[in-house]
Amino acid sequence: MADTAAQESLITDEMRAEIGKRSQPWTCEVDKLQVRMFARSVGHTDPIYYDLAAAKAAGYRSLPCPPGYLGTPVYNPATSDATFGGRRGSGPGPQPRRPLTRILNGGTEIEYFGDICAGDVLTAVSYTADIVERKGGLGEMLITTSKTEYTNQDGKLVAVSTGTGIRY
Amino acid sequence: MTLKAGDTHEAVVVENIQRTHIVKYAGASGDFNPLHHDDTLANKLGGYPTVFAHGMLSMGLTGRMLTDWLGPTALKKFGVRFTKQVWPGDTLTAKAEVTEVKGGLATIKVVTVNQDGESVVEGEAIAAV
Repeated sequence: MADTAAQESLITDEMRAEIGKRSQPWTCEVDKLQVRMFARSVGHTDPIYYDLAAAKAAGYRSLPCPPGYLGTPVYNPATSDATFGGRRGSGPGPQPRRPLTRILNGGTEIEYFGDICAGDVLTAVSYTADIVERKGGLGEMLITTSKTEYTNQDGKLVAVSTGTGIRY
Repeated sequence: MTLKAGDTHEAVVVENIQRTHIVKYAGASGDFNPLHHDDTLANKLGGYPTVFAHGMLSMGLTGRMLTDWLGPTALKKFGVRFTKQVWPGDTLTAKAEVTEVKGGLATIKVVTVNQDGESVVEGEAIAAV
């Protein structure tokens, strides 16, 4: 890459240095109350999400997680984000060379490697997997891919979620 | 379940979504971003006419179509892009089409559309069948 092109990139060396750095772990509990609340909020009617006997009859240890639910971060007023409930970030992190003020949720992918049921306690660790820049209809865009790994109480990796954030 | 390429399925996953639905999801997920429950702030902070649903609520509604069809833990992978915002009053229909079945795994193209036929969620699922 020519020097001039490198100078024009939105992505700084400090930003590149963040790629792959693993966060401090945080704990997500899966419990019956929260599985029911989540299932209710997206309109599930299958009794396995509400009734322990129905879940057990279907072969689950307890109420299974509906798609999109990966436990609830254990709230700690000292360390949790007041708005989102998850682990509070350690600050905005390194910023792009030119300021980008708008944010879009570009998408989410969840890959499952095992069943997740009420009673499970998941340990989550996240990292930035990739940062790319693109010019599109919205102008200059920075697309950040982050991954979060969820490991259960038996040390088994049960899910990996990949989030795509777009700043423009 | 026996599936083959070309099989389709669809379901209306929410009719006339209300702020109450969105607030229920906020409580269940713990995501209290005011853009999703406070009209005044949604307008002031983001220039939006009203609140809109969490992307993850659209994903959860779409996931319900899949689990009602395939079973609660059939999904091995479920990924979506959020292509348009979901506003109070919207009715969403989630649609699936099997594109390939190989080695006990079905690849399923997923799209959820609003009452005007505009897609709000597009993605892909891989399910054990």
